[in-house]
Amino acid sequence: MIRSASSADTSGRQRRAIPWIEALLLAAFAVLPVLVDDFWVLFATRVLIVGLLALSFDLVWGYAGILSFGQALFFGMAGYSCALLATKLEITSILVLLPAAVVVGFLVALIMNFLILFGKRIPTPIFIALGTLTGSYVVERLARGWSYVGGQNGIPSLPRLTIGSYEIVEGRVFYYAALAILLLVYVGLRWLSRSQFGLVLAGIRLREPRMAFFGYRVQSYKAVAFALGGMIAGLSGCLYAFHEGYVGPGQLGPVLSTQAVLYVLFGGVGTLVGALLGVGIVDLFSYVLSQQWETGWPIVLGLLLLVVVMFRPKGLIGFLVPERERVGSFGSRSLIGKRQPPVGATDPLRP
Amino acid sequence: MTGGSDKRILSACGVRKAYATLTALDGVDLVVTEGSFHGLIGPNGSGKTTLLKCIAGAELPSDGTVTFLGRDITAATPAERARAGMSLKFQITSIVPNLTVYDNMLLSLQAEHSMAALMFSRTRDVLHDRVTALLAQFYLDGRASEPAGTLSHGQQQWLEIAMALSRDPQLLLLDEPTAGMSAQERRATGDLLGPIRERCSLLIVEHDLDFIKEICDTLTVLDQGRVVESGSTRVVQGSKKVKEAYLADV
Repeated sequence: MIRSASSADTSGRQRRAIPWIEALLLAAFAVLPVLVDDFWVLFATRVLIVGLLALSFDLVWGYAGILSFGQALFFGMAGYSCALLATKLEITSILVLLPAAVVVGFLVALIMNFLILFGKRIPTPIFIALGTLTGSYVVERLARGWSYVGGQNGIPSLPRLTIGSYEIVEGRVFYYAALAILLLVYVGLRWLSRSQFGLVLAGIRLREPRMAFFGYRVQSYKAVAFALGGMIAGLSGCLYAFHEGYVGPGQLGPVLSTQAVLYVLFGGVGTLVGALLGVGIVDLFSYVLSQQWETGWPIVLGLLLLVVVMFRPKGLIGFLVPERERVGSFGSRSLIGKRQPPVGATDPLRP
Repeated sequence: MTGGSDKRILSACGVRKAYATLTALDGVDLVVTEGSFHGLIGPNGSGKTTLLKCIAGAELPSDGTVTFLGRDITAATPAERARAGMSLKFQITSIVPNLTVYDNMLLSLQAEHSMAALMFSRTRDVLHDRVTALLAQFYLDGRASEPAGTLSHGQQQWLEIAMALSRDPQLLLLDEPTAGMSAQERRATGDLLGPIRERCSLLIVEHDLDFIKEICDTLTVLDQGRVVESGSTRVVQGSKKVKEAYLADV
């Protein structure tokens, strides 16, 4: 006898961990500024902003399978562009600067798409990794040598972001603004990754050559994911520059690009929430270790990251989230079993 | 077993594929007509899979042309060939093992839909009945919500064939569809393929000669990258040249 899809679905239904982790994290972020002093509010704001950068990498690598070692390129280019708008044209409105950052991230990603992703043949992950890393490195070197953007010193003393006549001061106000933006981006990415578009990305990530034989224009899907990643990284770069009041060549280069990769690998690839956990835990650990060992802390941190990446390739989230939930569901549960499928012929392999 | 019409669906003309020190195909000609089941046989290393790859777009020929439905597709990408009505089932199953059986089938069906439709998940509702009907046809409806990697080898092959057939291709390319199957599964696969004759042509590479003889109208025999014989199954079976060169027991 054939089992019905609905019964198989009922038996296959699993309790989900990710929504619980997301709810706990959101609750913690919501009350944090009330519970801690100003130093930790500034610290947590940085985590939220860099969390956006980590989300952008998780989208391109964890969902679309593009090994980008150049996310800082979008981050820094948007940071510099917004800093120039603020210092040269005195534009400080968040309603202008954030869209401008998104546009810059998009345009840079578009250029990188044409240089790296598009071609007759599918580019290998190594080619993409080295291509994006080189882009990040070259632009950092250019920024260091270009006096118009401050050379080695970057652009300091940025004015505060404004909304109307109101200044968005670093501290609790900036924190909640960053949290609101992060939440919007997170909800958008969550929706996208669980849509049928997300299913196609999963297919591309797991069986790229097969998808082309179905008729998918694989590179176009990857280009869209890469451009979205660039836009989110750009948003992050603008917020970071105005939170710190400074933008410099380091915000464009391979060190920050690699840091984004490590955050996501440490927290867990392809879950979104893992990327945020990665940023929070790695940055907190870095701070605690730096208080204990003033010079040797990066070695300890590096070893810790190495251990996690080598022995826990699914990241910390892998302890809490089963593989099936990590790969994702794309609305199957809502439809399978809703209607009875047409009854097929008797399975010849069953007695 | 019924033959197709004389209308050419696919023709390969003088296809040559050379690697650094090896010539895998050396001027191969092949014609598949509408509604026919065409078998491609030959010993290991004879160039069967390479020819199939050149037709599907996984490899580009060093020389020669491939024409599909009257259009030269020699340099077309796999996606362009798929959109033109050609579908391929790989030799090694390439389903996505971590995704459910249902999602695998859906992936094969929704390639033509726009990105916007996919983003708003409009395709799932539209294609649901088609997905479940195909799964039922291939006896997989009871496993719809399970990861495809948990299916038996034979069921994975069926899922592959179902996925390849899902978009009503004009030509289905099957690379060793019964590899690793039990005798019972092979028989069932033959029964599943029979009814598709009315809607598409088939080019099949297979080592199981009994299976090939049972379902194919025409055969092409390859050896060392060249065509030894080509024609109706009966003619090829009786060919002295083939018997001498390769198929002594066909």
